[in-house]
Amino acid sequence: MLSKRSLVGVRLNFHTLAVLFFMLIGMQAFAADPSVANSDEAVAAGKTVFNANCKQCHKLDQKYTGPALRGASDRAPVETVKSFIKNSSAVIASGNAYYSNLYKEFNSLMMPAHEFLTDDDLNNLLAYIEYGDKVDPAAAAAASAGAEGGEVAEGGGIPSEYLTIILGVLVVVLLLILVVLGLIISVLTKYLKKQDLDEDDKEFVSQKTNLGKVFKSDMFVVIVTALVVALVAKTALDGLYSVGVQQGYAPEQPIAYSHALHAGTLEIECQYCHTGVEIGRSANIPSANICMNCHTHVQNVQGAEGVSPEIQKIYDAVDNNQPIEWVRVHNLPDLAYFNHSQHVVVGEVECQTCHGPIQEMEVVGQHSALTMGWCIDCHRQTEITTEGNAYYDKLVQIHSDSKDALKVKDIGGLECAKCHY
Amino acid sequence: MKENKKTYWKGLEQLNNDPEFVKNADREFPELPSTLNEEGSASRRDFLKVMGFSLAAASLAACEAPVRKMIPYVNKPVDINPSIPNYYASTYATGGDYASIVVKTREGRPIKIDGNELSPINKGKVNAIVEGSILSLYDKERLAGPYSGGQLSDWKTVDAQAKSALASAGSVKIVSNTIISPSTMQAIQQLANANGNVEVIMYDPLSNYGITIAAETYYGAAVLPSYSFDKAKTIVSFGADFLGSWISPIEFARQYAQTRKISKEKPEMSRHYQFESTLSLAGANADYRTPIRASQSGLAVLALYNAIAKKAGAATVSAPAVEIAHLDKAAADLWASKGASLVISGSNDPNVQVVINAINELLGSNGTTVDFANPAYYRKGDDAKMNQFVTDLNAGKVGGVIFYNCNPVYDFARGAEIAAGIAKAKVSISTNGTLNETSSLVQIVAPDHHFLESWNDFEPKKGHFSLAQPTISPLFDTRQAQESFLVWAGDTTSYYDFLQNNWQGEVFTQVETGGTFQEFWDQTLYNGVLAINSTSAPLAPVGDVSAAASAVAKAYSADNSTPELVIYTKVGIGNGAYANVPWLQELSDPISKATWDNYLTVSQKWANDNGVTQSEEHTSKASITVNGKSLIVPILIQPGQAEGTFGLAVGYGRTKAGRVANGVGVNAYELLDASKGFVNFDITSGVEVSATGDSYKIARTQTHQTFMGRENVIQESVLSEYQKDASAGRSHPHIYKDGEFVKPSKISLWSGHQYSQHHWGLAIDMNSCIGCSACSVACQVENNVAVVGKQEVLNRREMAWIRIDRYYSSDAPADDLSAMEVAASNPEVTFQPMMCQQCNNAPCETVCPVAATTHSSEGLNQMTYNRCIGTRYCANNCPYKVRRFNWFKYHDNKDFAGVNVAQNDDLGKMVLNPDVTVRARGVMEKCSMCVQRIQAGKLEAKREKRKVKDGDINVACAVACPTDALVFGDMNDSNSKVSQLLKIKENTTSALKEVNEERAYHVLEEINVSPNVWYFTKIRNKDLNEA
Repeated sequence: MLSKRSLVGVRLNFHTLAVLFFMLIGMQAFAADPSVANSDEAVAAGKTVFNANCKQCHKLDQKYTGPALRGASDRAPVETVKSFIKNSSAVIASGNAYYSNLYKEFNSLMMPAHEFLTDDDLNNLLAYIEYGDKVDPAAAAAASAGAEGGEVAEGGGIPSEYLTIILGVLVVVLLLILVVLGLIISVLTKYLKKQDLDEDDKEFVSQKTNLGKVFKSDMFVVIVTALVVALVAKTALDGLYSVGVQQGYAPEQPIAYSHALHAGTLEIECQYCHTGVEIGRSANIPSANICMNCHTHVQNVQGAEGVSPEIQKIYDAVDNNQPIEWVRVHNLPDLAYFNHSQHVVVGEVECQTCHGPIQEMEVVGQHSALTMGWCIDCHRQTEITTEGNAYYDKLVQIHSDSKDALKVKDIGGLECAKCHY
Repeated sequence: MKENKKTYWKGLEQLNNDPEFVKNADREFPELPSTLNEEGSASRRDFLKVMGFSLAAASLAACEAPVRKMIPYVNKPVDINPSIPNYYASTYATGGDYASIVVKTREGRPIKIDGNELSPINKGKVNAIVEGSILSLYDKERLAGPYSGGQLSDWKTVDAQAKSALASAGSVKIVSNTIISPSTMQAIQQLANANGNVEVIMYDPLSNYGITIAAETYYGAAVLPSYSFDKAKTIVSFGADFLGSWISPIEFARQYAQTRKISKEKPEMSRHYQFESTLSLAGANADYRTPIRASQSGLAVLALYNAIAKKAGAATVSAPAVEIAHLDKAAADLWASKGASLVISGSNDPNVQVVINAINELLGSNGTTVDFANPAYYRKGDDAKMNQFVTDLNAGKVGGVIFYNCNPVYDFARGAEIAAGIAKAKVSISTNGTLNETSSLVQIVAPDHHFLESWNDFEPKKGHFSLAQPTISPLFDTRQAQESFLVWAGDTTSYYDFLQNNWQGEVFTQVETGGTFQEFWDQTLYNGVLAINSTSAPLAPVGDVSAAASAVAKAYSADNSTPELVIYTKVGIGNGAYANVPWLQELSDPISKATWDNYLTVSQKWANDNGVTQSEEHTSKASITVNGKSLIVPILIQPGQAEGTFGLAVGYGRTKAGRVANGVGVNAYELLDASKGFVNFDITSGVEVSATGDSYKIARTQTHQTFMGRENVIQESVLSEYQKDASAGRSHPHIYKDGEFVKPSKISLWSGHQYSQHHWGLAIDMNSCIGCSACSVACQVENNVAVVGKQEVLNRREMAWIRIDRYYSSDAPADDLSAMEVAASNPEVTFQPMMCQQCNNAPCETVCPVAATTHSSEGLNQMTYNRCIGTRYCANNCPYKVRRFNWFKYHDNKDFAGVNVAQNDDLGKMVLNPDVTVRARGVMEKCSMCVQRIQAGKLEAKREKRKVKDGDINVACAVACPTDALVFGDMNDSNSKVSQLLKIKENTTSALKEVNEERAYHVLEEINVSPNVWYFTKIRNKDLNEA
């Protein structure tokens, strides 16, 4: 546990430094072209355009699949930048030296065309690129330090590996004490035997502990039996309760797809790939054509040469019209009906609530137990988001007398036929 | 408590208190040895006892996460999202039956058919067969590709063969059932243009040729008229089962029900007379039903004509006198409602139909309730042409024959002759999707797509168009038959393009949309239907009735004493095209309550005379001989069967339909008579019937789940009483408590539930329920209800969640055989859909030891399969007998693979509803009020941050119901349709709603289980409240 946490901490640290480094360079070297408007509206509108079209490959202040964008308008004329965004291959073909070099620098990775962006879109986008989401270096450093501190605080307490060592030491100490006590007794007995004692005291001093008698005593048998029975029962029950529970199940997938990279580092929205999550029962495993939206251009990880063998598998799937057979991680039994849209749209539950820190998982594993008890517990505790949803008006009105918040359990969330039919 | 003197009975054995009935009635579950799944000689229980522990231990040890794959699309289609259904408007049209439908697909698989609400013809409604037809898409019997000479071939070879063979064949006949598709006719025309001598011969298994010929004789146009039952105040039907099988039952049932719904605001209803031999669905719903012999039917029509002619001052015709009860009364009512009267006949005799036309003309029905100027095209079959074809075929005069999606070897009267003659044609081709009775005999089978995989267009009525679109990619290497025609004609256009071109030229020019063709096409495809307004003035009669009348007078007799056979159609199986759908085989017939069989329906009198007895499933067999052809059939004593007549249903006796239908019942088409130039369903001479004495078992559900004689289950009255007192016929039970009589609802052990958000309820109008059983099949499809097969039905283990209880009622108690004859001669019939009543004080909930059945905060009685341990206490304690126990594992079990195909075949499983669990062995199940639909509807409302609107959520049975007899909704919402029907004014969260509708009642109100299903009293339009 500790090692993992500290690793995360180190990586965070490295990232922060890198960000700081790039930012400092950016601050110094790049200045925006004065024709790029610096208004809040333009920046906000530009952010929307950025998130929709650029975010998958670019960051503002950091080199990524593509270059860091801030200062773009300074590095090339604004109009060239715009035409590059709209149709990068045309600009490169025209022999623009700066962009040709950039193209080579990024492994000849072509940026897709964005002909659909209007001139206003592009102006807003540039505004965002130059002025949006600027991070004050000092604040960033402080925040990063804070985060570090948080990590440390969270990591406080005794780590589990040490517990065994401490326990071992304790046992040794106790045994030593036992030996010392035994020695003391024998020394005292010897000493007392030499003394002149009366009969009663003599008998007491020379008596021997009869272990056999203790073992045969009813009390001992009863206690031991009870303990054994209790232990066996506990083990059996625990075993039975874990039948079919696959918490932690993280099978190897046909493609070494990393959620940590896509959802974590690249911050791609879950819904971008899991298209069904807001409309239906299944979240949907993305079809290969969704992968290809990005991977037509992104052929390898972090700027490495050639085509990644993992990404090649997508190409093979598309070329051979052979779907990718993913291994199902979350196996809810058929007798239970679960609908993603009910939880994600109506209940406004975050994906991570059930799926855990998916954005940190290199290989997806089952985070929650997915047992009925787990479902029911959540239904018992979760308050309903009723605001602005006319469906709940009557229930809210009827519930208004109660002091407690309206929870899922109050509107039938514990009833059988809500999930079983 | 009983307010009329009628005796109600579900079967004859209940009427005469048969000892076996009494024995079984006491038991919820019959004591039967388990015959299936026996494991060796040691009993299964011993085996389990021994193995139990080690099995448990072994399975515990083996518990590891199963590797389950998730396979996404490579290229996800934009509009297909896993778990979200898509709906496509399409069309069902087979063998002359038509319905505009909406197909629900999940992950690209069609899983349910509903009616298309935009269709002016079936207005969102379907029947049992249309519901069930979806399973035929996933039929294992479907051909994997084209066949040539009995071998699987490929399209290139087959096309080359067919092309050259057709070119050299000389005269080519395309035999088909009614084609109502204009583009298909165009495609055939292409083939005709290329080959020269091509003729289309249409016939229908359920022929209505007589009507079209009569229309030609009388009105000069060989058409099938449009009928408007909704405009009729008096309806007289001579043997036409217009609610069950006659021409367009979905449409007619919907129209008819509009005239049968009554309320305080509209205390009026139509009056319906039925004169028939075998008790039909229409007859069961009639206010006055008279059993008549088939040989008298023509004379009855003449008698009615004369009676009306007298009133109208027109010339009467000479006709032998015949004594028919209620006929004069019918004439008087018809005349009184002149202009809003309708007379129909199920006879295929053109002469009888001419007289019917004359009667309607006298009554001023032409242009109001019967419309020849705006005809329907459902039946264009020409029996005469087909007869000629069979003769020519056997004479070797037919060079080539193409059977376009039809099966005349099985379902035409002269099928055996066709079977013998096919080899005489130089080339024989079939486009059937399976190797059925006909296509197994031809040289080339070029299998057509299933209708759910096809493009097509239809013109069911003048000015009405509809489109069919594929709802799934073709499952097999099949090809649209029209495309085959085009290919053989040397045209390489795909049928889709051909269809569009045809629409652009023919239909688009008739409408003024102001948009482009593509816009028009897209919109029409989305709607599924298109109506082009064109009203034509009623046709004037050009013919005369006298010739037809004298022919009728000669052909029918008032005093025939020889046995007569009436060949009829059952609601579930219809013409037999979908016989391989087990849902339809196991659907218990609304009248006889029999499953998995056809049988000879006989009168109680004939049974008594011939010493034939029948009790529960036990019956015996008879031999029936018609003009030399003999069949051995089981006997079923049918109350209401006209004396001296026998009934036998078509649609059974398939030999090459597939493993479900093969060998079930006998083929009655063989007995049809085509000698008079039309296919005659009423065989009045040359019939011999004798009991063979061999015993047989018919799997009937009629006495299963009986109410043990508590007779206020059915509450009924007559119209005149209702007009005086809206609560007429209601039984108001009272319970004696502390010195006074109080309402049962005043005494309760329970403190009562509070339903703060929704309170789901169902209102069932027994006046509009016609017993058609569309709800039963719809429920089976929606809820993955298992089919258990004949033996298990015999063991009383059928699984239907909604059943139609059919009660007979008669005035006379039946203490001996002769009294039974009286009681069974012509009883009244009442249908009562029965499903879980979702009781507020549910008796099942209190006895479940593991709380597997519990109450929800929305008034539902929830059944949790994974919690159930199968004690069956709940079923024992259910007063409505609506709980079903899974005695076996019906899915993935080879013992049930032959019947429960939807849960055993890989292919069949594609029809399962993914939102409903397939139940395991040993658990109880029952109607859940389609809780999956409730949950889905609520979720949609929540996502859209709004309240649930009335109509957003509807249960499968109510959606299918062609008469809107079932109305589902939220009783907490005072604006919902169900609240308004029940007249719930006060908006309360209490489980006990104050229902102000006088007709509404709870079945078994005296036990105060407080159901959320309400029934409305049955009101008959009779003068007196008597059976």
